Amino acid sequence: MSLERFINQAVSSWMSEDGPDSDIVLSSRIRLARNLSDIKFPTIATKDSAEAVIQAIRERVIAGPSTQFGPLELLKVDEIQPLQKRVLVEKHLISPHLAENSLNGAFLLSENEEISIMINEEDHIRIQCLFPGLQLSEALKVANDVDDWLEEKMNYAYDEQYGYLTSCPTNVGTGLRASVMMHLPGLVLTRQMNRILPAINQLGLVVRGIYGEGSEALGNIFQVSNQTTLGKSEEDIVDDLKGVVAQIISQERSAREALAKTSNIQLEDRVFRSFGVLQNSRIIESKEAASCLSDVRLGIDMGYIKNISRNILNELMILTQPGFLQQYAGGPLRPDDRDIRRAALIRERIQMESNE
Amino acid sequence: MICQECNERPATLHFTNFSNGEKTELHLCERCAQEQGEMFLMNQGAGFSINHFLQGLLNMDSPFQAKTKDPFQQQEEVLQCENCSMTFPQFLKVGRFGCSHCYDTFREYLIPVTRRLHSGNTTHHGKIPKRVGGTIQLQRNIATLKHTLSDLIAKEEFEKAVDVRDEIRALEKQLAEERRGGE
Repeated sequence: MSLERFINQAVSSWMSEDGPDSDIVLSSRIRLARNLSDIKFPTIATKDSAEAVIQAIRERVIAGPSTQFGPLELLKVDEIQPLQKRVLVEKHLISPHLAENSLNGAFLLSENEEISIMINEEDHIRIQCLFPGLQLSEALKVANDVDDWLEEKMNYAYDEQYGYLTSCPTNVGTGLRASVMMHLPGLVLTRQMNRILPAINQLGLVVRGIYGEGSEALGNIFQVSNQTTLGKSEEDIVDDLKGVVAQIISQERSAREALAKTSNIQLEDRVFRSFGVLQNSRIIESKEAASCLSDVRLGIDMGYIKNISRNILNELMILTQPGFLQQYAGGPLRPDDRDIRRAALIRERIQMESNE
Repeated sequence: MICQECNERPATLHFTNFSNGEKTELHLCERCAQEQGEMFLMNQGAGFSINHFLQGLLNMDSPFQAKTKDPFQQQEEVLQCENCSMTFPQFLKVGRFGCSHCYDTFREYLIPVTRRLHSGNTTHHGKIPKRVGGTIQLQRNIATLKHTLSDLIAKEEFEKAVDVRDEIRALEKQLAEERRGGE
């Protein structure tokens, strides 16, 4: 398969389209947790009770004509290939938990991959909407529409005091987790992250690196999300998060300006060195790739590198993960081979840009 | 990365602690983490999770816990959900409910839990589902009217009371119908 075709098939809209503030905010995500009344939660589900959830959705929701959200196909986790599962996880369309540990897990995906509905994850139903750039309110609206559409046909577990009842008490109430993925190289380079993180935590929000292990963020990509789900309305939760995100964006912009002023040539050097590595390396580990991609993306945003599209970072962060590399290779790869394959894919992808 | 304790095995557990704006990190292998009594290990090494923190929160001042510790009250009935048969001790252990009925069964113990988890909040102020929510609104209205009714009766304003009673009946009929429709 040609790389171009592979990418076209692999890339979801949130990776390839630009959204508001997409120089810093890569994507916005809304997740709603919902459960059906009377059926055991997935945490203690039996095969039968989990099957009952799938049946309820299959009969009441899918049996209708094509939905207002376009075709939504129900896929069972057990029936898809392990590699395909891994790719879906790497694209953030399904969770690792659904892919590996769920009993009778299933999911529905919209064609543009903006909407995914996970079934029998930690809760019976998890609606997820993923949008490019900073579009939390837009994503919330779509998630609410999907929620209303499902609720027309199914009896949700809802309590007057506690709102939407969830398997874990940390999600009860709105069942809403709103999060944004942000690229913050300016704040990391100017060593301001350690000052900002505790402040954000105090506001009831959580920041974490989404790639990489432990506490360090790979590729300077961080996820900011709400922690509490009870007591505030969905709109307030989203507005509060948006407020903090706007602050972080302006901090990041001023950090970039300061960098350009005080260490312009050092920054330019760093950007082009990383660009050189990506263009020329024959073996590259995911950690090095992520750090170079982050530098190159910063270089594009700040105008050092021209004629390369911005979304190369979003795209390559996803496509250079083990699952995707193996899918592109057409079979399993050992870790050493992955590093070789990763370097080749990145070189080719950059080549594609210069040809255009 | 090598474990900071034994300097031998690779560190697979990474702890970050923020206090007073200071970030401290701890990198341990599974065995040392266990020896340290940091029981952050989840089932089959799935990493550490919010569960363990949750368990701490849930156990903090549960009156239920205090009761079971008394050997003479061992026979004290154990709270158990009728629908999914999860008991309160089980819930404390796994940090997850078994079904939606558990919330009713354990209700009186949940307020301190939600307060801690959700920055002091104990009541939902967000979306109300259209169908189920419809009856919740009705139930609220009926409850208010019943209050009004007893007030009116107390004040011997019987004519007004009759109107309110009729209104309650109408709403109750509507409620019954909507409930049937929802099945």
